[in-house]
Amino acid sequence: MRRRQIILKNFLFGFALFCFASCSAVKPYQKSRLNDSEMELSSRKSQKFEQNFQSYREGASGANGGKSGGGCGCN
Amino acid sequence: MKKISLTVIGLYICFLSAFSQSSTKQDTAYKSRKLKIDEINFVSGYYHQDGNNSAVTGGIGSERLTDFANTLELKVSKYDNKWRKHDLSFELGIDTYTSASSDKIDPHTLSSASMSDTRIYPSMSWNVTNEKKGTTFGATASYSQEFDYQSFGAALNFSKITENKNSEFAAKLQAYLDKWKVIYPIELRPQGYGTGGEDGGSVGSQPRNSFSVLVSYSQVINTRLQATLIIEPTYQQGLLATKYQRVYFTDGSEQAETLPDKRFKIPLGIRANYFLGDRFIIRSYYRFYTDDWGLRAHTIDLEVPVKITPFFSLSPFYRFYTQKGIKYFAPYGMHQSNNTYFTSDYDLSKFTSNYFGMGIRIAPPKGVLGIQQLNSLELRFGHYIRSTDLNSNIVSLHLKFKP
Repeated sequence: MRRRQIILKNFLFGFALFCFASCSAVKPYQKSRLNDSEMELSSRKSQKFEQNFQSYREGASGANGGKSGGGCGCN
Repeated sequence: MKKISLTVIGLYICFLSAFSQSSTKQDTAYKSRKLKIDEINFVSGYYHQDGNNSAVTGGIGSERLTDFANTLELKVSKYDNKWRKHDLSFELGIDTYTSASSDKIDPHTLSSASMSDTRIYPSMSWNVTNEKKGTTFGATASYSQEFDYQSFGAALNFSKITENKNSEFAAKLQAYLDKWKVIYPIELRPQGYGTGGEDGGSVGSQPRNSFSVLVSYSQVINTRLQATLIIEPTYQQGLLATKYQRVYFTDGSEQAETLPDKRFKIPLGIRANYFLGDRFIIRSYYRFYTDDWGLRAHTIDLEVPVKITPFFSLSPFYRFYTQKGIKYFAPYGMHQSNNTYFTSDYDLSKFTSNYFGMGIRIAPPKGVLGIQQLNSLELRFGHYIRSTDLNSNIVSLHLKFKP
């Protein structure tokens, strides 16, 4: 269990390091792909009800654009 | 000399007329400051589940449930005289559901409290964006009403985007002040206690309040990759147990579910989207979750939209979820009667789940089906399998209209 946590922490740290070390200043005219609607850094509107049922049927919630508790009789 | 002077005057008049032209343009721009409709979103979903671990009957019995949900959102905007953008959003949601397990609160009645119900939830948000400074301030108010549950929500949000628009910091403070009717299973109701039904006498109610702080940081990494990090600590207090859910003990006795009246949750999410080649997009999401009830969960979500044409895409998706159950959970008839807190709600037990399906998105430049205002159509179907033998299907439709 502890070994798994260490692996996870290392993975997250490595991922963060990779992302931010490889950051480059992207100019507005280079953002055609980034501005594609499928590239939005949020969940889709059509996922709204999926997130609702997941917050009812699972114990975890939040940090995904859906509810983190409150507003409904969910967990 | 006179000719030169006349030429200079003429040029000056030309300049003046040129500027007067631009002031006319300003006037035209000023007109566009009027409130205009940006988009209208209609989202509809049909959900059906079945399983055999209903918490209302102590962890056994049908979990069959259907839910038909619809929301309509209107987004309008205008610029003020300081060229700040005001975005207003109005949303109205209506869910209708039927639940087999809720009918077991009082199995002797044909239609007991909450067997079928409608939930109505309007909300309104207002955001002011200063495009020069890259800042946005906003507020949201929401309300939700269903048979046994009432909720008032409020939120304040702030975001700051850097000048090159490659990084964004956002924060949101949110509070829900909820009130829940305390409905007991029929055999556990005190003498003279109501059923919760319209003609079944009054019942007590208790608050459930939730407070959360959402903080996110988004970063463009290169021309194909962008990512965001989200943390959303949440504190809940009040009635967090569902009192019409039964718990059976090893000695054969029975009580209503009892859980602590406080809960502190910490979810941490990472989302990264990558544009692969010219046709593939990889949308990925990971969340780690922990709380002080002992629940720990991991969520991995992967979706790969494939652009068949620039206006038509297919998006297969897969989501894996695993959770370690809360320390107060035990199955039917397995709780010790000297426990302080107890539940047989399988939503809080140890399990894994797999969710997969497909999405279709159509957004032609001339509008969907030739209807210019119908900007895009998204249809999603998903199948959910939980290791506790609960299965469900969901179909969602999103129509976006733009004037």
